[in-house]
Order: sequence, then structure tokens, then C-alpha cells
Amino acid sequence: MEKRELICIGCPMGCPLTVEMNGKEVVSVAGNTCKRGATYAEKEVTNPTRIVTSTVRVLGGTVEMVSVKTAEDIPKAKIFDCVKALKGITVNAPVQIGDVILADVAGTGVNIVATKNA
Amino acid sequence: MYDVIIIGAGVSGAAAARELTRYKLSVCVLEKEEDVCCGTTKANSAIVHAGYDAAHGSLMAKLNVEGNRMMEALSRELDFSFTRNGSLVVCTDETQMDGLKNLYENGVKNGVEGLRIIDRDELKQMEPNISDEAVAALYAPTGGIVCPFGLNIALAENAAKNGAEFFFDTKVEQIRPVENGYELSTSKGTYTGRCVVNAAGVYADQIHNMVSEKKMKIIPRKGEYFLLDKSVGNHVSRTIFALPGKYGKGVLVSPTIHGNLLVGPTATDIENKEGVNTTRAGLDEAAEKSRITVKDLPLRQVITSFAGLRAHEEGHEFIIEEVKDAPGFIDCAGIESPGLSSGPAIGKMVASIVKEKLNPEENSAFDGTRKGILNPETLSLEERNELIRKNPAYGNIICRCEMISEGEILDAIRRPLGARSLDGVKRRTRAGMGRCQAGFCSPRTMEILARELDSPMFDISKSGGGSQIVVGTNKDRI
Amino acid sequence: MKAYDIVIIGGGPAGLAAAASAKRSGTDSILILERDKELGGILNQCIHNGFGLHTFKEELTGPEYAGRFIDQVKELGIEYRLNTMVMDISHEKVVTAMNREEGMFQIQAKAVILAMGCRERSRGALNIPGYRPAGIFSAGTAQRLVNMEGYMPGRKVVILGSGDIGLIMARRMTLEGAEVKVVAELMPYSGGLKRNIVQCLDDFGIPLKLSHTVVEIRGKERVEGITLAQVDEHSKPIPGTEEDYECDTLLLSVGLIPENELSRGMGVEMNPVTSGPSVNESLETSLEGVFACGNVLHVHDLVDFVSEEAAAAGRNAASYVQGKRKEDGGRIVHLKPENGVRYTVPVTINPERMDETQIVRFRVGNVYKNCYIGVYLNDEQILHKKRQVMAPGEMEEVKLEREKLFSVKDLETITIRIEEE
Repeated sequence: MEKRELICIGCPMGCPLTVEMNGKEVVSVAGNTCKRGATYAEKEVTNPTRIVTSTVRVLGGTVEMVSVKTAEDIPKAKIFDCVKALKGITVNAPVQIGDVILADVAGTGVNIVATKNA
Repeated sequence: MYDVIIIGAGVSGAAAARELTRYKLSVCVLEKEEDVCCGTTKANSAIVHAGYDAAHGSLMAKLNVEGNRMMEALSRELDFSFTRNGSLVVCTDETQMDGLKNLYENGVKNGVEGLRIIDRDELKQMEPNISDEAVAALYAPTGGIVCPFGLNIALAENAAKNGAEFFFDTKVEQIRPVENGYELSTSKGTYTGRCVVNAAGVYADQIHNMVSEKKMKIIPRKGEYFLLDKSVGNHVSRTIFALPGKYGKGVLVSPTIHGNLLVGPTATDIENKEGVNTTRAGLDEAAEKSRITVKDLPLRQVITSFAGLRAHEEGHEFIIEEVKDAPGFIDCAGIESPGLSSGPAIGKMVASIVKEKLNPEENSAFDGTRKGILNPETLSLEERNELIRKNPAYGNIICRCEMISEGEILDAIRRPLGARSLDGVKRRTRAGMGRCQAGFCSPRTMEILARELDSPMFDISKSGGGSQIVVGTNKDRI
Repeated sequence: MKAYDIVIIGGGPAGLAAAASAKRSGTDSILILERDKELGGILNQCIHNGFGLHTFKEELTGPEYAGRFIDQVKELGIEYRLNTMVMDISHEKVVTAMNREEGMFQIQAKAVILAMGCRERSRGALNIPGYRPAGIFSAGTAQRLVNMEGYMPGRKVVILGSGDIGLIMARRMTLEGAEVKVVAELMPYSGGLKRNIVQCLDDFGIPLKLSHTVVEIRGKERVEGITLAQVDEHSKPIPGTEEDYECDTLLLSVGLIPENELSRGMGVEMNPVTSGPSVNESLETSLEGVFACGNVLHVHDLVDFVSEEAAAAGRNAASYVQGKRKEDGGRIVHLKPENGVRYTVPVTINPERMDETQIVRFRVGNVYKNCYIGVYLNDEQILHKKRQVMAPGEMEEVKLEREKLFSVKDLETITIRIEEE
């Protein structure tokens, strides 16, 4: 049985988690205060994922840059591919929060969406 | 060929340039930095000394007293900030009273007006935060504080207005005598002049030694300072010096013309003429020594620290003369404290030497007045609104600490010898000089500079040269 | 002179939440004055996610979180002025402001809500020796350049201070193509949230050096390198532990200070610990009808708590201008922070005027593990709450019941302290 210690990133509390594993199988999660903690721990030891946030240039708006994010978390290993895919992208104003800026970023099946009106 | 080439656009060079434009002379100023006021004049105590300190009979004493007397009228003519706040030399040791008396007598001989020795009670009344160990002080009501940037920039702008040309980023690399004058090779081409004025600050020895066999040595003497927040700017209201005594030379504690509190300088001789870095030891020393004269100094309110280099010549005397083995080459060297106070008088003296040489006609078109950057705080509400109606930029605050508007920044950029960098804007307007030290306004000021100078943001610098602030755009290297 | 019932200084998260709440409490005449070109304040440059779990039960980015409150303010028809700098507020609540269109103008307010936020401590405040070249930025300035304007402040970066902005910027700079060499922290613990250490540093292999500081900055024109040294328990650098780093950028994330020039200018009583105004249970300053909330009052760790606090300030201001506030009854209970508790907000409570439950927020001065928060009404302990970890970077709170306060005879002091058991 293998044990892994993690800090939950699900919310600002940052609970210290202990995950018991049998090979690749999660046996138990301890230390979490809520359900999100358990979900995070299981994901983190099997397929860690992150939300990625960035910006792209916006033309014809009142601001220079519009902030964006992955609509859902993507595999951690794809973070840099995701940022690369955003290189050189410009959008035209108006942009609304939630507008898709780039579909299926880096083959993750996840869209990049705007997080700001511009 | 210019009639006069001045090397250095600090206070001495600018004052000399202005005085020389009173005559029909072609004058240019070569400055190695991107702006005026980038060397010794930039970082010092900002004091207009009364003149009791320099040894009687010295040129320092003469020009200090003269400069001090000129300062008030000049500040009105050229519209820069100057106040006679008075200075106090504090004695904290009964056994040192003779020293205080000597200083008084030296001052009287130098022609300093209004000097008197005051006792502990009067001192305490004048300055409640003076050290409890203080026993007496020399009070010099003519001592003052000035904005060194304001003084230097005003002199230079007015010189430019009267025809002096300024060339920046122009470093003198070689000087050779030619017929009727000198040829100067610089980082930006060759200049020839009938007379050359060496006002190169800590580099005055290198410039001098290019033409003279009698070698000179200028030692950069580093002084480190703290600047405290305006909220404690009234901790003292006069400039407080320590009488040299059992604790050594001490440091001064003084309000600045803009209402901050200045503490320093230390004095360390160094080799590096660009060594304006502060050191832990120096800053600690300044803090420690400030306690000799002033109590309860709120050092937690420090907003910045800096170091300046005084151009110390071994003889500790101003050297303002034509170089014996280089006719037409005029040194203006060893200008250390009280150089700023003496600045206007130094300019006059240099001009009189040149006048002797070249016998120029008077320039009847000379206009010795200059209008500074408008400070909207001096206006009434109605006047200010009228100003904003005509020029809405004055309604847009860029620096929130010092409350400086876009209008003032535009003025600083657009006027003759205008600002081309963040520091240039700061020295002219105080934008970025406040308690947040430009954290808030620098991106905004950069945008204005980029727009006005029609440069990309990458070219906007802190202080010219290689001091650019942003280095690329997002993701440009991935 | 124009007149409004409530004038709110600042259109960031605190100002927006205060405005929405005051309006919902029945006050219509409200004006928000905002110095920037858009509402939302600092959230506009905080493009990372992690906001709003408490308020909206979902994880939002800063601009999205701000967007929700901006929408509320617009839906409620609350008036606001952008690009408008407040220059001065008088004792009599005359607000002097300025913008390009209207020039300098004055507004008479019945109540003022101070919501100006905070600013970053600068290098000067730290007194780091060395040169003063380009390439030294406060983390927030760098954040603005990257996130709002799209410019890279540098390529090789050292960060001093492990507050949340410093940690967030370590990740941002890395994702934009810079190399972040190290994050140094003077204290033996990080000032930021644990999850930010995981997802901003650990994810990218950026080392965090605790008990370290910058002792030298090299480079005359642009930063060329810095020297880090370990510090002892008095935060003094230990000779011999110096390490040189080659870098072109030093980011400083060394603390936030309430933006209190206006508060000071109008003469409200200040709390030297928070550098914000001292307030009572209504979040009212020493000047009647002048309220404060958000980071101008005390620096918060999470924006959700700013919104919550600001909503209370908005309600209280509305009740004040509507004349609905209860008579004060003359009884003032003082809160006393003790034994590790650095301050409390509020500093006094008038039991007559407090809500059914009163939130008291505070910070601790050190890292405490498996300790208790003790609350005493005079000498009587009414709370003994266990906390696994408490750290200076995180805000703590306790809730006081109105009923409880009335049950104690001659209540004078409420003491909040950290206890071992």
C-alpha cells in the first residue's frame, strides 16, 4: 500500500490530504473537509488537471487584452500546449464573458472562453 | 565651431550655459546621459547652505554666500521651488561649544547674515524633536531648501530658450587642441569649440587630464540617504546638522521642499564613478547618526533610499579657472558641497572667465525668465476648472500619491529639453516620487510617453540607455 | 452642489458590493466614484481563478467575479462615474472629485463609504541596498503590465515575498514564457495560501526559499542580478549564506497597505496595526456616517469576505441615512486582541446596534498549529474553537451572538486570544 500526501487546491482552506493507493487504485482519502477534496485527491494521483487562465489581445475594444480560461480543467501535462495554442490569437470586440475564443484547445476537447466583457 | 562647449548638464554646466547666453555667443552643452540633472546634482541634500561652513577666504565660501544670496530672486525669475527654512547646527556636548563659536565666527567673516548661537531652551522651542542631549545650536536663518531638479532644469530650459543647444547621450571621449580651440570626439560625432568648460562632475578629472599635463584627481565620495513619507515631513522644520564632535561628523535631517523628510548623507570615498548603489552599512550608518541630533525619527516611514556621488577634489576647493597649459579650456571641477548652493554663482564666474577670453557683445534679446510646469494646486477651484475645460488632461490624475495630472506630464514632455523617460517625468513633475514609488503610475506614464514620443512601449526607459522597462509582449518567446 | 445620500469612494469589489446592498436596503440616491476607466478594481487584473466559492459556490476568475457585481450594480440602476479621482473629503462629508469632463466638483453626501482598497509596499519600505535600475516591479505592477497591457516586464525573474500576488505572478510569468528562478520569503512561513504554493510553484518546479531575503541588487541600467541570503530569527541576513542569481527582473510581493490618504485627510481615527480606520459594529469610522469596508479597512485574504463585509457596510449606511438606526444607548463594548491576535475589526461594539450575529475578523501574528481561539465576555469564556492551522496570511473570524452580549452584566470588554489548549 502506497501513501501520498497532498494539499487540496479545491478551495482556499488548503486541507492536507492523505491518499492511500494500491497500485493505481485509490483506496482511501483522508484529511479532506468536503467532497471536493476527495475528488481532487483521486484526480491528482491518477490524472492531475488544472484550469488554465491567460489573456489574448482584443482589437477595437476599450481594453488591450481580454482574459480567458479553459472552460474546464485540462490535463496538467497539456498546460504549456494550451498556452502555445493561444500565442498570436487576437479577437475583435465586442467580447462577452463566456464567448468561445478557441475551441478544443490543444486537442483536450476543452474550449477557451472569455472571462471578461471587452 | 561653437564659441563655447560645456561638458556636463548638471547645475554648474546649466548655470554656466544660461549665463553665457547673456552674450552673443554660440553655446552648446554635451551631456553623456539622456537628460539634464543625472549626476551629482540629482542626488544630494537639496540644501542651500547659508555659508558658515566653508573656510574663510576660500572660493567655496565666497561662491556659497553669493549663490545663497542669488537664490531667492532666481527662484522667482526661473519659477522653481525654494524656501529659506533656516538651518541649525546642533551641539550635543558642552565641551564642543568652542567648535560652535568658531563656526559662528567663520560664518560672520564669510558674510553670512543673521547668524546667532541659541541655547537649549530656544532650540527646543524651535524644534521640539531635537535630541535631549542638545546643549546649543548655531542658527542660520538664511539656510534654505531647494528642489535640485527644479533648479537644474530651470537653468537649462532658460539657457535653451536663449539659444544654448543641448546634446544628450553624447559622451566626450577625446579632446585635442586645434587652431583657435578644441575638437571634441564624442559618442555622437565631433564638436569643435573656441572655449571648453569642463563641468563634468565626478568625471572632471578625466576630461581635464585629456588636455593638461598637470593631472587632477576627483574622488567620488558616496553619500547615502533615506527619504521619509510626507506624513512625517514636519518632524523637524529646519535643516538640522550635527556639529562634528565625539560622535563624528553626523548626518543632516531636513524637510525637503516637497514636504518629505531627508536623512543623510554618509561619506565614503570610492573608486567607481558610477557607484550610486546604496549599501547596508551606509544605510545603517545614516539611520544611526540621525539619532545624534533628532529623537524619535520615524524610520518606519522610509519610502526610498538613494546614494549620490560628490565630486571631491583632494584640495577640497572649487577649481574654477582656465587651465594653465590649455588656453581656452576652463575647469569647473571639484564642485562638491556646497556646489548646489553655489551653482548660480559658479555659472556667473565661469561666464566672466569666458567673457575675458572672447570679449563677446551683450545679447540684447536675452530673456532670463522661465515659466515652470503649472502646479494646479496653486489655482482656485474656478481657475482650475477653467484650465480643465481648456485642456481636459489636467482633469486626469496619473500619479495618485502626489496628485499629478496628465496635463502636467504632457507639459513636462513637450517643453524645451522635455522629459523622455520615467525619471525625466518624475524629476520634472514629482509623478512617481510619492509613497508608492511609481507602482501605480508607471504603466500609465509609460503609455503617455510612448504616445507623445511616438515610440513603442519597449523603447520607454526608466532613465535612458539600457534601462527599458518592458522587454517584449506576452508569449513572444514561447 | 450636487447631493447624494450615499457616496461610495471606489468601484472595486468593496464599493460594488456596498452599493448593491445599500440599494437593496432601500436607499436610491447612491453614487460610486471610480478612478479607473472601468468598474471592478484590482479584480480586473487578477485573471486567475479561485474567486467566489464562498459567494457564488463556484470558482470564478477575478474579472468574472467583478462582472457579477458590475451586472448587479447596473441592473439596480446605481449611478457611477469612471475616470474620476476623489481629491478630498471634508469632515462635513463634502466630497471633492475631479475628472476630464466635469473638472473639479463637489458633492454633499449624507453618508460616505470608504472603499478605496489597498496598495503594495514598495522597495523603499524594505530598504534593500543596491542600485536602482529598471526591472524592479511590485508584483501588482507587473501583473497589470502582463494581464491588462500584454507586455513582459522581464525574462528571468526572482520574486521576493510569497504573498498570494507573488505566487500568482510566478505562475503567470512562467506561462507567458519567462523563467522564474526562485521565490524568496523573509519569514519562516509563506504569506500566501497553501494551494497557491502547490499550483503556482510546485506545478512548475519553482523553488520557495523561506527565511531568505534580497541583500543586493546589481545592474545600473537594468537589473543584472540579485543576491539572496538566509536570515536569522531577527530577520537579519546571515553572513556566508549569500547566493547570487542572474536575473533581469525582481518582483516584490512584500505586503499590502490600506490606501488611506483620504481617510487620514478627513481625520478619521486610524488603527496603527491595520493602517485602516478604527470602526465600530456598523463598520462606521470615528466620524458619524462615514463607513469603511474591504481592503481599505484591513487587508483581506479572500475577496468573498470583502463582498460580505462591504454588503454589511452598505446596509448600515442605508439604515443610517434613512434614520432607521437604533439609538446608541450609550454603551460601548471594547474588543481586545490578545496573545497572538493582532487586531480585530470592529474595535468596538454597541450591543444595541449590532445585528443578531456580528462577525469579528482578525489576523494572527504567527503560525499556530492545533491551537484554540478563545473568546471572553469580560472574564467569561464563551468560545473555545480548535483550529488545526492558523497563519498570518489568512484571516480568521468569530461570530458573536447579540443575545449572549446582553446576557452578561456590565459587559465592558470582549477579549479574543489564541490559546494552547
